[in-house]
Amino acid sequence: MADNVTPRVRVPRDAKAGEAITIKTLISHQMESGQRKDGDGNLIPRSIINRFTCDFNGQNVIDITMEPAISTNPYFEFQSLVPESGTFTFTWYDDDGSVYTDTKDIAVS
Amino acid sequence: MNLTRRETVLLAAGASVAVMVPFRAFADAAENIAAFTGGAAVGEGGITLTAPEIAENGNTVPVDVDAPGAVEIMVLAVGNPNPAVGTFKFGPLAAAQMASTRIRLSKTQNVMAIAKMADGSFVQATKEVKVTIGGCGG
Repeated sequence: MADNVTPRVRVPRDAKAGEAITIKTLISHQMESGQRKDGDGNLIPRSIINRFTCDFNGQNVIDITMEPAISTNPYFEFQSLVPESGTFTFTWYDDDGSVYTDTKDIAVS
Repeated sequence: MNLTRRETVLLAAGASVAVMVPFRAFADAAENIAAFTGGAAVGEGGITLTAPEIAENGNTVPVDVDAPGAVEIMVLAVGNPNPAVGTFKFGPLAAAQMASTRIRLSKTQNVMAIAKMADGSFVQATKEVKVTIGGCGG
């Protein structure tokens, strides 16, 4: 169903301890809303990513529940605190049960 | 114009359907709000919803929500077939209770954001977005 799903994430390479950093995420996904019809007038079944989470060293930053009204290639921008060096884990949950993950390391000085 | 009894009944039925349709969409949004707030009163202020005044393409409308001190923000598109858009839950490491994303709007309508604050109160913000081409692909 969901082909060529590629997560893309932008996180600064380094930061100062306790600094607020901006994270931008994008994942290529059709996000079929379940409202559209194909050429023969049949409804195309819904197929979306329904949840996105971002964690840093096991602590949650943001947890987003998505409905079909989120655009194709869902994009999110949010801010996180970085108390120490570590790894951001980004997870997307698809309607079809697939889970897409990406990780980014950040060095804190 | 002479109407038979049958035509009059049909007209009346048609009119009531026309009235029901927008009411129905509103009821759906109200259900979503009730499910989120648990029936608590929703105040104003303390939340900022940024959206364009006119969106040429209803398929990708950039939306920003910012509510300092919120634990959760729900975004609704009141005029969509399914008014729920998404819910943002902020974890302990969120630096600011803000997020931006892009949403689909089926037609000109109000976009609404409701934030649940740390003390359990709720605040909302509404912004009307004029949509030139709807994003439902119908």
